[in-house]
This record gives sequence, structure tokens and C-alpha cells, in this order.
Amino acid sequence: MTEVNPNQINNSSSGLQKVSAKYQKWRLLKDRITEYGVVAGGLGVIVAIVLIFFYLLYVVFPLFTSAETKPISQYSIPEKTLGQTAFLAMEEQNEIAVRFTETGKVIFFTAKDGKTVKIDAINIPEQVEVSSFSHGNLAKGTVVYGLSNGTAIVLKPVYKISYPNDVRKITPVLEYPLGLEPLILDEQGNALTHIAVKMSEDQTTLVAKTSENTILMSRFIKEESLFGDDGEFERTDVILDVPAETISHFLLDKRQQYLYLLGRQGDMTVVDINNADNTKILQKLSVLEPDSQVTATSFLTGELSLLIGDSSGMVSQWSIIRDEHGQISLQKLRSFKVSQKPIVAISPEQRRRGFIAIDADGVAGVYHTTAERELIRERVSEQMPVFLTLSPRANAFLMQTEDDKIHFWGIKNEHPEVSWRSLWGKVWYESYPKPDYIWQSSSSSNDFEPKMSLTPLVFGTLKAAFYAMLMAIPLSIMGAIYTAYFMAPKMRKLVKPSIEIMEALPTVILGFLAGLWLAPFVEKNLLGIFVLLMFVPLGVIIFAWCWQFVPRAIRHKIPDGWDAALLIPVIILSAWVAFLISPSIEDLVFDGNIQYWMKSQFGIGYDQRNALVVGLAMGFAVIPTIFSIAEDAIFSVPKHLTVGSLALGATPWQTMVKVVLLTASPGIFSAVMIGLGRAIGETMIVLMATGNTPVMDFSIFQGMRTLAANIAVEMPEAEVDSTHYRVLFLAALVLFVFTFVFNTLAEIVRQNLRQKYSSL
Amino acid sequence: MIKAWFKSGSPWVWLNAAAVSMSLILVVGLLILIAVRGLGHFWPKDIVEYKYNEGSQPTLIIGELVEISRMTAKEAKASGYKLPDNAKYLEQRLIKTGNRDITGADFRWIQSQYIQQESYPEDLIVIERREWGNFYGRLIAVKEKGQIIAEDDQAYTVAQQRIDRALGLFDEIEHLQKKEIGAINYALERLRLKQRRLQLEGKWNEAEEQTLAAEKASYKKSYQELQRQLSQLNEKIRRDSLVVKEAMGRTVEIPLAKVVQMLQPNAMNIVEKSWQYVVKFFDFVSEDPREANTEGGIFPAIFGTIMMVMLMAVIVTPFGVIAAVYMREYASQGLIIRIIRIAVNNLAGVPSIVYGVFGLGFFVYILGGNIDQLFFPEAAPAPVFGTPGLLWASLTLALLTLPVVIVSTEEGLARIPKSIREGSLALGATKSETLWRTVLPMASPAMMTGLILAVARAAGEVAPLMLVGVVKMAPTLPLDGNFPFLHLERKFMHLGFHIYDVGFQSPNVEAARPLVYATSLLLVIVIIGLNVFAISIRNHLREKYRALEN
Repeated sequence: MTEVNPNQINNSSSGLQKVSAKYQKWRLLKDRITEYGVVAGGLGVIVAIVLIFFYLLYVVFPLFTSAETKPISQYSIPEKTLGQTAFLAMEEQNEIAVRFTETGKVIFFTAKDGKTVKIDAINIPEQVEVSSFSHGNLAKGTVVYGLSNGTAIVLKPVYKISYPNDVRKITPVLEYPLGLEPLILDEQGNALTHIAVKMSEDQTTLVAKTSENTILMSRFIKEESLFGDDGEFERTDVILDVPAETISHFLLDKRQQYLYLLGRQGDMTVVDINNADNTKILQKLSVLEPDSQVTATSFLTGELSLLIGDSSGMVSQWSIIRDEHGQISLQKLRSFKVSQKPIVAISPEQRRRGFIAIDADGVAGVYHTTAERELIRERVSEQMPVFLTLSPRANAFLMQTEDDKIHFWGIKNEHPEVSWRSLWGKVWYESYPKPDYIWQSSSSSNDFEPKMSLTPLVFGTLKAAFYAMLMAIPLSIMGAIYTAYFMAPKMRKLVKPSIEIMEALPTVILGFLAGLWLAPFVEKNLLGIFVLLMFVPLGVIIFAWCWQFVPRAIRHKIPDGWDAALLIPVIILSAWVAFLISPSIEDLVFDGNIQYWMKSQFGIGYDQRNALVVGLAMGFAVIPTIFSIAEDAIFSVPKHLTVGSLALGATPWQTMVKVVLLTASPGIFSAVMIGLGRAIGETMIVLMATGNTPVMDFSIFQGMRTLAANIAVEMPEAEVDSTHYRVLFLAALVLFVFTFVFNTLAEIVRQNLRQKYSSL
Repeated sequence: MIKAWFKSGSPWVWLNAAAVSMSLILVVGLLILIAVRGLGHFWPKDIVEYKYNEGSQPTLIIGELVEISRMTAKEAKASGYKLPDNAKYLEQRLIKTGNRDITGADFRWIQSQYIQQESYPEDLIVIERREWGNFYGRLIAVKEKGQIIAEDDQAYTVAQQRIDRALGLFDEIEHLQKKEIGAINYALERLRLKQRRLQLEGKWNEAEEQTLAAEKASYKKSYQELQRQLSQLNEKIRRDSLVVKEAMGRTVEIPLAKVVQMLQPNAMNIVEKSWQYVVKFFDFVSEDPREANTEGGIFPAIFGTIMMVMLMAVIVTPFGVIAAVYMREYASQGLIIRIIRIAVNNLAGVPSIVYGVFGLGFFVYILGGNIDQLFFPEAAPAPVFGTPGLLWASLTLALLTLPVVIVSTEEGLARIPKSIREGSLALGATKSETLWRTVLPMASPAMMTGLILAVARAAGEVAPLMLVGVVKMAPTLPLDGNFPFLHLERKFMHLGFHIYDVGFQSPNVEAARPLVYATSLLLVIVIIGLNVFAISIRNHLREKYRALEN
């Protein structure tokens, strides 16, 4: 563009017109302002796309950051004189902590500075001592004291929250769910040396080992009472027939189904106690390497798997697995190496499948089991730790050390459950027979672990795109070839816009038709569709063959390049014939029902909303995109090339294949890329035309769930800034990157092609 | 000979031609499918009466024939149907029998072999109701305050008059409830927010309290007055009822307050039916939906779509045009412009759902959340702009359609001959004056094209809207008589989403299907119309500049 200096104009015209200098300045200023405005606006487009990318990245980024922990305070054990610590716990807000002592005292204190809030004590008869202690479900806070006279007391701290003067006040109280008086477990009155308790809505189980090495189990089942909820308990007492000498760890799961008895040397006995009248030993095994001892145990949240810490600094996760044959056994899922020193304490998170473990050297490790992530490993204490407890929200922990100090640490660990492996690799989830790719994000309770593997979604996306392209590429490119090169200009003027207009057709309509009209239609006429695929090309070829022999007079009535119009009735007719005869074929060959036949012969299942339907509908949506760009590329191949080729004696088809297609191939390639980008990102069609089940099955008769549809389904329900929310953003980012790569590739190829054409 | 024929390439050419024909057939077939199904929805169908005997006892079935389907005898036997030995097919008919309140289902499959008699008596009526879907049967009598006032032959005419009266009353009630009482509720809510705001700012005092209390009292008073009127109207509308008999002979009483329309389609001639068709179509586009969107009209969805698209157009046009002007008139054609082109093309290729995600995270939560904190602290914890709504939907779609406007405007600018710009500059105009006075006016049809294409794209887009503001049922329109009239923060309904929602999320998909087809047809017509319009402008423009260049 020719640049004209406005100053020159100004100079030359000043003599002719009396224009005030001020006005000229104003004009120049306006010019400047416009220029800056326009440049800013133009660059804004780049900013917009960069913003989208970086914003997505910004949301996704915290998923992959490491966790942090830092000390908040430390203080001496509150009310040290009242006895040694048996257990430490904290309430939801991390304000108040509780210390259960080995003498049956309960001390509530502020978690931050160790000031005593309240001291309570259990009701122990005279001459009786506490002989064992254990905690029940962490989230419920139940604990149990076993006493030396064969009795036990179950209690739980409850935190009442009130808001006097708009300030939160937490008042701790003790509750005794099974009554204030000690429950008699052992009629002989032997001391209970080990004890475990689990309570649920309608049943409670207590298991204890006595000093006589017998294992007692008492189960209380709440009986339905007609009058309100003060129902009676039905009590069953059983003596378990298990050798008990070596047992040092008792673990009872909260479903009160399995009892895990563990000796110091790693000898594990799993007892099925689901039916109190018929308990049986499920399995006996060793859970440790030789030469190491069990030093700490815990359940993981949900209590489907156990964590066993040993003297070699390993923590391993074990879970009851039901294999393909229905065989139940305890199996090791994975293990984490904390250090070389014995593990002193393990404390699980209460909402996620994570835990913290600490060794004798004071090295603490925070892990997430299913993501197999080590989030923190840090030495948090010079002294040997004794106890460790995570807060309910897993954002702090309390640690007691050998020198009778309590350390209060904060943890920042927002998204431990996501790792590169858990997103893309096979993960062995609790109680699944083997590692697998699973997407199952919605959670109905805390016990349910969200399973977020993007692999099935990416697989579904590519599958849908693949079948769509399978339909779209041949139709659109062949169509483009014909329209651009062989078709009469008059017809082209009509055909091109009408196919292109379909690009604007809302995909929600295509999806609706695919889901509610096409899917039932295909189900009914499945064979018809495949017969049609054979019949239509056959019909066309036969018609073309016969057309040569049609008398010249008739043939010449159809102008050159209108063959396509001629073929419309042919295609409709062959399609009609295909649908007409397919029921008979189905009857003859496939026993009248092809779906059933496939199922019985090859085990191929048929889903009504499947990849075939998606392929047809989405292929239809992609055809105009590819057609339009490919047609442009072929049409703009310089005429002298084709004319030259024809002049040298090549047939039109030879010219097409050897000259035109070769020259236009980059354009066709970019058309396919752009079409692929569109197919990958398409949401509504897949959302409506598939069952949206995230399965990894490439079968054309099965559905899938794509990244885009998954976002549309789950995004409105995802809690802001939760892991789920960020993983959905990651899915969006993956889509963005996919299409970015395809589009950029296509655009660069296209720009190069344009330059090549202009140089030809 | 066949070999030679194949060698000539002719069959390949034919196959390519077939691909074009196939695409065309698909396109046209799709449009015909939507059109036939969509248009059929409004036609008053005849009501058929079957004498049906499945074995034990003959029954009467009254309803509309929806579909006839055939199954081979073998299949039918496999699925447990009984068939005569010589039958080749099992023919089944889907009948819309209505009367959901009595039978529990709207539809019923019957087997043609058991139909003993098929007739179309003229006295069969269909009543469109506000609840429970259609009623099919016969009219027995009209009651006023429980007393029968018309029976048999006169009943139909009397009932029609009474229905007209009831409809008038119903409109009044609707107006009172939605407009007047709605306005009072809105005003009361504003008063509450005002009070909260004053309290937050520490300006809450006796005087304020009194003025507010006075205002509140006056609203309360007019509210009571309206309530009184409302109960009077309700009293009036409850006066009449229809006594009808359904197919099985049970008589039912339908209060006129629940009746939308009553017809005797079998007695109507083609002219009456055509008129009915027009009326129904008009109702469809102008009325509110009923029964979880499965019946009634789609007015709020049309309105919401238009509002959103208009707002989007206002936002996207300036940005799109400026960007295009930059790329064509100001930027030097080098690496940067190449990158921008790639960026624009990428923007066009990014899946729409990604825009939705971006809009939700960035516009709604970040921008909206901050706006709430700064300007609407009184509404907390309820979000005002920090939740999906009209404004964010429009902004998201503006971003989505930006490339469309840019590409189209740029094309328009590129077609303006250089000589025109040079002429303007030579006459002493600055670059910006050239731009404003010559280039842009000449490119305005191109911008228009871009805008129309953008509007067409936005009107059909659903996926991102699901995240940033569309709901299945919005209680209020984004534009109403309450200050500030345009409520940008409100959620709205949208045609595309309506199709998805009614077609896939509604409890009664079968009954709602014709409505979805009709909605689809409307949307397709609007979008194709817009596109054809845009393309014709563009073609016209191309011709014009070709002439200019020569």
C-alpha cells in the first residue's frame, strides 16, 4: 500500500485553504488514535486465544503442584500428669484436639497452643484398669477402652457448634453410644489386651483378645422398634476359633464383614465375620518380607484396604479382591517406600485415599494411594515421633514426640488424587480384579473413590472421530473432486452452496435426529444399512456401464457435467432396493435378526446408540467442512496445468489423478485436518447419539463417551476448584491442544499452498 | 471391454458424481424429514375409534393413530406374540390415547389383527388440557356451578362459548400473577437488598428504616388488593366444567380452568383445519411451555435466543471489524500477520464446548465473582453476576463467533480495489479518514454478511450455553417491565437447548417428540434463512466489486 505522509498534504494544501492548524492537528490526532486502536484490537485477537489457552492452563496447573507442609506451633503435652497418650484426634475445624490417655482420661485442648479446654474421664470401676484401647471409624470418632475385668466402654467425642455473638464456638462433649456402664465382653473377667470396635446405623461389633489368648466377638444388632428409635439391641457373642498367641494388630472393617488379625511377623489371618453365627477363616498369608516386622497399621478411607507399615520403612496397601472367577483373596495393590527406618505411625485421610506415614527418624511422607503419588517427604521432627494424627480435612496434623511435645503442622495438599499415571495409565482400584482405565467421577459418598482416567474419554473421542471420518472423507473428497473438476458450472453454483449451508445446521438438531430417529431406524434396519453400502456403488457402476449404450440422442440431451443429477434417482432406487431385500436376507442368513445372530455367533453386543449412528450423524456434520475446503483447493489449481495435461493426451481422469489431485493434495490434507478437528470437538451429536458410557471398546456397535460430551455432562455439577473441576478443565485443554495442532497444521499447509499457486 | 472402460477412468468419475448426489440426497432428505415431521405437528389429526378385541372382551379405543409398524411373523413369534398361521407380518399401531390421568399412559400399542371395526365418528372430541395432556372421548354435558345447563347436541356450542370466557379469565389471572404480583415481589426484593446495602455501609438508621417500612407497607397493601382480585377471578373461572366420557365409558368432569381448547377434528373440513393449523402455529411461537416443556409453546425460548444473539451481535461486531481492519489495512504482511491468521483460524476451530468451559471459569467465576464482590455485596451469599447468565452467554458466544466476523469482513476489505484507497489518500485524507469515509462504508455489506453468519452460528450453538447460562425453564424473561428492564444476570431459555432438553431429558419423550420436530424446524428455517441471506449479500458484493475493478 502506498504510504502518504499526511504532513505533506498538510503543507501543500495550507496555501490553498485556510484551515486552522488546530484542526489539522486534530485530524492527525484522530489518525493516530485510530491507528493505535486498530492495532490494539488486532493484537487483541491473539491475546484472546492466548488467554483461553493460559486460562485453561492456569486452572489445570494446581493439579500437578506438589503439596507443602509447615510447622504452626509446638507445645508440651497438655495435662501430662493424667497419663500417657493412647490416641490423638482433631475436630473438623482444626480448633480443638483431643487426647485419650491410657488411664481413661479424655483431655480436650486447643490444637494451636495446647491449652486445656475440658477434662473428662470414663467411668472405670474400682480396682480395674484400662488394658487396651482402639479407635473405630475415624470419621465418626468412636473409640473403645478395654478394661482389665473383661469389660469395655465405647465412647465418642462430639463437637457442638454454636454462634454466640456471631462467633463460632465449639463445645466438646463425650457421648456413650452403648451406655455409660462398661459392657461385659468376657464373662470370665480376663483382661482385654486387644480390642476393636465398629459401629454402623444398625449394628455394632466389638472384637477383643483376652489375656487368655481367646478372641471374643460381640455383635449388637439394633432391633426395629415400633416406638421411635430407642430400640433394643440383640446381642450375639461368639468365640472365634483362631490361634491368637501372636496377634498384635486388630483391624475390623466398618461393614463389619472382615476381621484382619495381624501378628508382628506379618502373619495375617482374614476372618469373614459377616455372619456372626458362621464365622470362617478366609485366608492366611504373610504380608511382609522376611526379616521385617509390622510396626503400624491402618485402614484407608472406605475401609476397603489396609495399610501396613513395617520396620523397613515400607507402607503397603492390601485389599480384598474378587477375581474373575469370584474368588476372594487379600492382595497387595502397591507399596510406598518412606525410608529405611521403621514406620512409627500411619494416619489415613478421611475424605480421600491418601495417608501420612512417619518413621522413627521423624521423616513424614504424605502419599496418595491410587495416584501412587508421593506428595511430601520431609523430616518434621528431630525427636522420635510417637503418635501422628491427620485432621479430618487433611489440612493439618498433630504429632507427639518422645520428649512429650506436641507438634501442630499445617498441610496444603489440594489435589493429591491426580497424577500423570492416574490420568493416562491403568490404575488398580480397591476391590477391582485388576488394573484398568476407568472414568467414574461422580461420588455419592465419601467412601466412593472418584476414578478419573482420561484414557477412556480420549479413546471415545478418537473412536467417534474415526467413524465419522470413515463416512465423511470418501463422500466429501470424492464429491469435491467431482464438483470442482467435472461438474457443469451451472450445477456447481447450485450444489456448492447447498452443501455448504449444511455446515450451519445446528448440531443439536443432527444430534436429536441421530438419537431419536436414526438410532431406532438403524437398529431396525441394520442389515439394510450394510446392504446399502454395497448396493449404491454397485448400482451406480451398473448404471454408468449401461449409460454408454443408451442411444446418442438421449445421451446428448443431458449436458456435460450433469451426471450427478442423473444419479440421484439411481441412488434412491438402489437404496430402496437395499432396504426392500434386506429383511429377506436377514431371514435367510441371519435367522431373522442380525443383532441376535451377531451376539450368539461372535459375542458382539449391540447398543442402540452406537458408533455407527454417531459416525453417520457426525460424518454428515463434517462433510460440508471438508467438502468446502477441498473443493476450493481443487478448483483453484491453475488451469494451465490441467489444460497442458489434457493437451498431451491424458484422459480427464488421468489429469485429475496425476495432476490436479497431486497439486491440490496439501489443500485436501488441510481440509481433512480441519474436519478431524471439528469431529473431535463436536459435543451435541455425541451427547445425544451415544449412551455416553465411558467404555474402551472399539466395536462399531458400542457407544462411547467423548471428552466434549463428558464436559457438557459433568461440568455443571462440578464444584468450583475441586479436583473434578480441574480435571474437566484438563479435558478441555486436551481438546484445545488437539484441535490447535490439527488447525495450525492445516493452516500452515494451506498458506504454503496458496503461495505455491500464486507462483505457478 | 470392461477393462478398457475401467481404464478410461469413467467409472471413477461416475462414482465421484455419486458422492455428490449422495451428499445432496442426505441434505435434502434431512430437510424434508424435519419439515414433514415438524409441520405435521400442528395439523388437527382425525380421531379414530377402534372396536378392539384381544380375546376376552371387546373394548373401545379412542385416539390418534401415530404410527404403524410391521414385524416379520418369525420375529413376532420369537417375542411372544400370537399370530394366525398364515400371517406373514405382525402389524402394530401406536395410538395416542391421551387421558393420562385415567390410564396412566399417553400411548398404547395395539395389534391390527384384533381390530374389529375402525370408524371416525364426528362427535369425538379432543380436549387440550393444562395438565395431564390431551383428553379423547365424547362430550356429555356442560355444568355451571354443578348444575347441568346443556346436554347432547347443544353441549358442544355452549362449551365453546364457555371455554372462550374461561380463557379470557385465565389470561387475566396470568397477567395478575406474572406481571403485577411479580413486579411487587421484585420491588420487595429490591427493598431488602437496599436495606442490606445500607446496613453494610453503616448508613442504616431510623429515618431510612421508616421510609423503607412505609414503602414496604404500601407494596403489601397493593399485594393484598391483587390477591383479592385474584381470588375473585379464580372463583369465576371455577364456575363451569365439562362432563366427558372416555373410551371405556367412564364419565369424568373437567373444570374449564384446565381447558386450553376443545375440538371435534372429525367434523372439521379442510378450511377449518387449515385455520386451526395457523392458530396452533401461532400459539406455538407465542405461548409459554406447559408440563415440563413437553406441551404448549416455545415463546420464552425464542425470546431468549433472540436476546442473547442480539447482545452478542453488539459485542462481536466492533471487535471483529477492528481486528479485520488491522489485519488488512494496518499490519505489515509479515510473520506477525501470519501468526494472527493462524490464531484466528484456531479460534474458529476450537471446539465450542471449550469456549463454554472458558466462559464458565473466566467470565462467570472470575469476572462475575469480582463484579459481585465490588458492586453487589448486599446480595451475598446469593450470586448476581457470579452465576451463569445472559451476559456471560453472549460474551462467550461473541468470542466464539469473532473469527466468523473477522474472516468475512477481511474478505470484504480485500475486495475493495486499491485505487479507491489511493484516490482518497491522494485527495488529502488521512488514513483514518480514508478508512471511515470510504473503505468501511464500502465494506459494510461484508460486515453485515459476517454478522449474519455469526448470528446464525450463535443461534444454533448449544454446547457452550449449557455451561454459561441456559436453563430448561426460566421463571422470568431477561427483559421485562421492572427497572432496569434488561436483566443481564438472568438465566434464559434457548431454542437449541430446548430441543436437547425436551428430546432427551423430559419424562415423556414420546409425547414431546412432535414438539421437538416443530422446534427444530423453526430453528432450521431461521438459520438457513439467515445463511442464505448472508450468502446472497456476499455474492452480490462480489459481483459489484468485480465490476468496479474492471
